[in-house]
Amino acid sequence: METKNIVLVGVGGQGTILAAKLLTTGLMEAGFDVKMSEIHGMSQRGGSVSSLVRYGDDVQSPVIEIGSADIVVAFEKMEGLRSLEYLKPTGKMIVNDTEIFPLSVIIGATTYPDNILDEIKSKVNVRVMSATKMAEELGNSKVMNVILLGSIIKSMGLTDIDWDRIISENVKEQFKELNIKALHAGMNAV
Amino acid sequence: MKLLLTGNEAIARGAWEAGVKFATAYPGTPSTEILENVANYKEIVSEWAPNEKVALEAAAGAAIGGVRSLCAMKHVGVNVATDPLFTLAYLGVNAGAVLVTADEPGMHSSQNEQDNRNYARHAKVCMFEPSDSQEAKDMLKEAYAVSEEYDMPVLFRMTTRVCHSKSIVDCSDRQEIADKPYEKDIRKYCPLPAFARGMQVKLADNFKRLEVYSNTTPFNYIEDNGSDIGIIGSGVAYRYAKEVFGNTVSYLKIGFSYPLPMEKIAEFAKGKKTLYIFEENDPIMEKEIKAAGIDCIGKDKLPAMGELTPDRVRKALLNQEATIIQPNPEMVLPRPPAFCAGCPHRGVFYELGRRKDLMIFSDIGCYSLGLMPPYNATDAMICMGASISAGHGVQKAFDIKGDHSKKVVSILGDSTFFHSGITSLMDVTYNKSNTLTIILDNRITGMTGHQQNPGTGYDLNGEESPMIDIEAMVKACGVKNLISIDPNNLKIVKEAIEWGLNTDGPAVIITRWPCVLKKFSTQDIEEFPTAFKKFCAVNVETCIGCKKCLKSGCPALAFDIANKKSGILKETCVGCGVCAQICPKQAIEVEVR
Repeated sequence: METKNIVLVGVGGQGTILAAKLLTTGLMEAGFDVKMSEIHGMSQRGGSVSSLVRYGDDVQSPVIEIGSADIVVAFEKMEGLRSLEYLKPTGKMIVNDTEIFPLSVIIGATTYPDNILDEIKSKVNVRVMSATKMAEELGNSKVMNVILLGSIIKSMGLTDIDWDRIISENVKEQFKELNIKALHAGMNAV
Repeated sequence: MKLLLTGNEAIARGAWEAGVKFATAYPGTPSTEILENVANYKEIVSEWAPNEKVALEAAAGAAIGGVRSLCAMKHVGVNVATDPLFTLAYLGVNAGAVLVTADEPGMHSSQNEQDNRNYARHAKVCMFEPSDSQEAKDMLKEAYAVSEEYDMPVLFRMTTRVCHSKSIVDCSDRQEIADKPYEKDIRKYCPLPAFARGMQVKLADNFKRLEVYSNTTPFNYIEDNGSDIGIIGSGVAYRYAKEVFGNTVSYLKIGFSYPLPMEKIAEFAKGKKTLYIFEENDPIMEKEIKAAGIDCIGKDKLPAMGELTPDRVRKALLNQEATIIQPNPEMVLPRPPAFCAGCPHRGVFYELGRRKDLMIFSDIGCYSLGLMPPYNATDAMICMGASISAGHGVQKAFDIKGDHSKKVVSILGDSTFFHSGITSLMDVTYNKSNTLTIILDNRITGMTGHQQNPGTGYDLNGEESPMIDIEAMVKACGVKNLISIDPNNLKIVKEAIEWGLNTDGPAVIITRWPCVLKKFSTQDIEEFPTAFKKFCAVNVETCIGCKKCLKSGCPALAFDIANKKSGILKETCVGCGVCAQICPKQAIEVEVR
């Protein structure tokens, strides 16, 4: 099979790294060759973060070329906009309808555009998700990342893998049930 | 057993499998996680060193003492460690020693893009260059065998993409390697000129033998796809080449990259119409291959700066560019990193940034962000510890010129002070300078992700250690004017800066408040019982919408444009109270959670 490319983008602290870890663990156990690349030097200080996940029969490069991602999942709207260039023309984007202001907005130097979703919709095939709201409804806003992971799994046709077990083996006991619920909520939403 | 590991995790696994018993490092992106992962293996004594020179010396000593040792650092860290490196090459080892250098093509988290393959040539040590996690583990094990067989430290070049990307690794058990006896041998371990000359000859002989090794090791291999186009590639650049060209060309994969396998290269080049050299950063292989009279194409077509990613390769060699969907560029706002809500550096940079009479020499760490808006405080930075010594030089220049319009402030963190700030501070006092040094002691090594350091009272394994006292250290360096302050109290910060600038002779201000992201130790809980247990709230009746609080640059603030009022995100705010002190109308209240 041809190598598949998944890009997860967000802001430091949103949980992209854990989502990518669960995703790559499942893909490896399913027998794929997997590579994942992250840049996380200053990620805890509110910068942009991205995880690039590739899987297939024989994966060479750990990075995803611009214009070649099958799916880009943005945990935050501005990061979705910034990452459009990763997407191949037939690719799909999933955007979490959440905004996190960069410092330039906080200090009043610029304003956060209110039409980001319109801009994305005008250019690519996009599914907007209210993953943060869904996570709050499940009782913990942090599982937003696993909801989005569910949407990736469904969109990429990877539902045959035993994700419930992958999650059980990789999250703390007290959060297992919540995360499994979040995963299925994400799968059902796309 | 197959595991999905980052390159750094694979190095740690490789060290464990190779029977390594001692490991040391100074943290630095992208190398930090190597020692953090090594520390999980209880068979390996693992330590954070105060700096890279100390780390390499300790690792050298452990190897001389008879156990396999590992040392890891980022590329610029090797600059600090070059003094022992160059002479250790002469001494050689007893048990094996490997120095991992984590280079940064693309400069994701570094101040330069130096190519440490140059150090292999310059220091006369051999080098491995893995291209993924499996190779990182396998080559590290081989590196120990080579180190012992050829009696030299081995330089092991990782790059950010190999360090921080995950791939599948087939793991095995730990080899139990017999410890080497230590025997006194001054001709081997004392490089007096008379002995060093002999060592130099031995080193040259070992390199002759290594040339044979390089031509025969399975880590340098040919993939013959019957093409008259050949690619010689090392590190992740080889992976990028395969991504672009697949099986349409032939490859010579270089895993052991110094000395290069010149016979194998000549054999591979035979009959090739075109030969490309794939290497990230400097044209090192290219120059050596060209010097051997073999025609090849390298940096004349491929980028000499940044990463050699597949898209750049396609553009450079095939003139292919992907169809890109681009957003309206005016809508895309940059998202640089910023001081966290509750960061103890905020108050200091707020006050420094308000003054126009300062030349601020900053340093390597989170506080490098003090150059950004809204503070716009910093003038310059060079490398670890340079704030104090380079600041001293600037002040001397101002004095020599008789220019008194600005005074120098040097600013650095606790770990950076331990790393190389102490010797710089001696320079300031010894040479009768009058700079103001501010040591931001946030009780941890922050930027690299919270590593213990000599000031925190804990070691790499989380066990209690003697806490080095920064105040006592500063006094011992001859500083007479010293105060320690709470950086969250702006009045105190402002007065301290004023005091420090007007004292006679050098002054030091130590701020002491923990990093907001730090996991509190027992000692922190005792010392800072109220830290991060509050939050701030805006009284919208009193707020006049003047936006002055936004000058604190805190990510917990959110201005309500429609109602022209400031707001504070309760979940993000930890109640440091800096914004409340800036507010001219006392409209921000600090409340206990």
